[in-house]
Amino acid sequence: MDDALVLGGERLTSRLIMGTGGASSLATLEASLVASGTEVTTVAIRRYAAAGGNSVFAMLERLGVRALPNTAGCFAARDAVLTAQLAREALETDWIKLEVVADEDTLLPDPVELLTAADQLVADGFSVFAYTNDDPILARRLQDVGVVAVMPAGAPIGTGLGILNPHHIEMIAAAAEVPVVLDAGVGTASDAALAMELGCDAVLLASAVTRAHDAPLMARAMRAAVQAGRDAYRAGRIPRRSLARASSPDEGRIDAW
Amino acid sequence: MASAIVVGAGIIGLTTAWRLVERGWDVAVFDPAPVSGASHVAAGMLAPASEVVWGQPSLYPLMVESARRYPELIDRLYAGRPQEVGYLPSETLVVAADHADRTALDERTSLQTSLGLKAHRITSLDARRLEPGLGPAVVGGVHLPDDHQIDPRALCAVLLDRLGDRVVRQEVTGFVERGGVTRGVVLAGGEAHHADQTVVCTGLGLLPGLEALPLRPVFGDILRLVPTTGTPPLLGRTVRGLVRGRSVYLVPRADGGLVLGATVREDDDPLPSTEGVHRLLDDARRIVPGVLDTRILEVSARARPGTPDDVPIVGRLDPGRVISTGYFRHGILLAPLGSDITADLVESREIDDELLAALDPHRFDRPHSTPGAP
Repeated sequence: MDDALVLGGERLTSRLIMGTGGASSLATLEASLVASGTEVTTVAIRRYAAAGGNSVFAMLERLGVRALPNTAGCFAARDAVLTAQLAREALETDWIKLEVVADEDTLLPDPVELLTAADQLVADGFSVFAYTNDDPILARRLQDVGVVAVMPAGAPIGTGLGILNPHHIEMIAAAAEVPVVLDAGVGTASDAALAMELGCDAVLLASAVTRAHDAPLMARAMRAAVQAGRDAYRAGRIPRRSLARASSPDEGRIDAW
Repeated sequence: MASAIVVGAGIIGLTTAWRLVERGWDVAVFDPAPVSGASHVAAGMLAPASEVVWGQPSLYPLMVESARRYPELIDRLYAGRPQEVGYLPSETLVVAADHADRTALDERTSLQTSLGLKAHRITSLDARRLEPGLGPAVVGGVHLPDDHQIDPRALCAVLLDRLGDRVVRQEVTGFVERGGVTRGVVLAGGEAHHADQTVVCTGLGLLPGLEALPLRPVFGDILRLVPTTGTPPLLGRTVRGLVRGRSVYLVPRADGGLVLGATVREDDDPLPSTEGVHRLLDDARRIVPGVLDTRILEVSARARPGTPDDVPIVGRLDPGRVISTGYFRHGILLAPLGSDITADLVESREIDDELLAALDPHRFDRPHSTPGAP
């Protein structure tokens, strides 16, 4: 049963995309990535040098995990575009996870700057993975300018609050013509499963794993949760009823009296 | 008299050299610029409890044991005048900036106490009674009576003074080798210098044949602040803060100065980061508002020698050569233990197997551990 995800032209078996921020050590991060089964991991290009035989990027290459550079720490379209260009030069990839946040307190995307930067980067030949708000209309506008994936936040980055507006995430997933990746807000495994049940194509998370007490164990939990949520979504859930319906058949029973 | 060469005059090279001198070795230390790397800017917190994190079971016993050996090192080096190396056995206070930070701090406190380390939860009222410089927004704290401090610059200056002309300001470019056994070093001018044992303590300065060691530069920005003229010292003890999940520390020096640190970045940029400095100041003033009343004496950045598991790399490489590097963020704290073990290796003394395994330079060759395993 082939259920591969095609993301930016790449066929992926795993629907869990990892981030690297917050890991206690490189060895713990490596063990977590292996346990997660991820095939794509996002790295902040402003925080990690691309060169060096013992860098995060070298580790990803060794593990066969594709690096998705991101523009974390950018507050304006101009900065994000520059950072994306630096990433392309350093890593020789046109993939970019576009983050343009409005302020340090919420780290929520600035919609206007985000759309502006996405438009410029697509025109410049990038495959843009857009980190966005849980706003179905903004998700539509991002697809209009040609992003390869829409990545709505379940909750602000690093909060672990889960999916605060499941209805909007479901709307975004239902209407999308490109893959939808739930990005940010996941606190524990059930959040990741819920994202997949709502119709998201993949989940991206970092803190929930890297800041857990046992990061590799949480990575394994997330891998199972994403798979479980995906299977449940494809299997088709039963309708919610207000009244009970016995699970054993009650037709054709012989009367006892 | 047996002879040893120590390559690298940072805290590890210097303490190891001193240890060997004490044990009767003829020692030469080579470094073109002694104490110019991470040891020069380190804050010098001797904090085995507050450095405990999840998932690093082999690191904290090393930190605890090394902290225990500090008074003895100081005594050997500077009997009766510990204050001259800036050794202050005063406690550490860790405070939380908001309720989520408080939860994270409480969880870490449980971990610390479960490992037998002393850590006591205190209210924000008590924290501010101990340190009136703490801001009113602080949400409780933890009192760590066994986390002390030393001034690494003063300590290194004393070590350099004790070692005298044994420290040679010359660069080592390679090793003298005979039949697979190291017999000394080659200096930048091409001159060979022979010794029975060679000890490599170069941190990130990788020498020929050692490039495969999994070391990476982890940069840190750090500030040195002084009170405005005429104002009293801001803090009486080390204050560490958890601010929106980020760590920040303020270490008061005996002269009233403060060391504020430190960022952790892997962007390979040797210059202090503007964002990093802004972040440190912003986080520091959230827990100690008076930080903004100080003056900036120094802003510096250095690379720490990071290993994959944050545990040092110490072991014998061949019958004539020992390596001791990769002390990452804990070089000052781990110096007494690291120099003792390194000197023991040089002398082929017996060392605990478990300890050697934790520090083994070849430990990264092994396959991954299973997730969830202890």
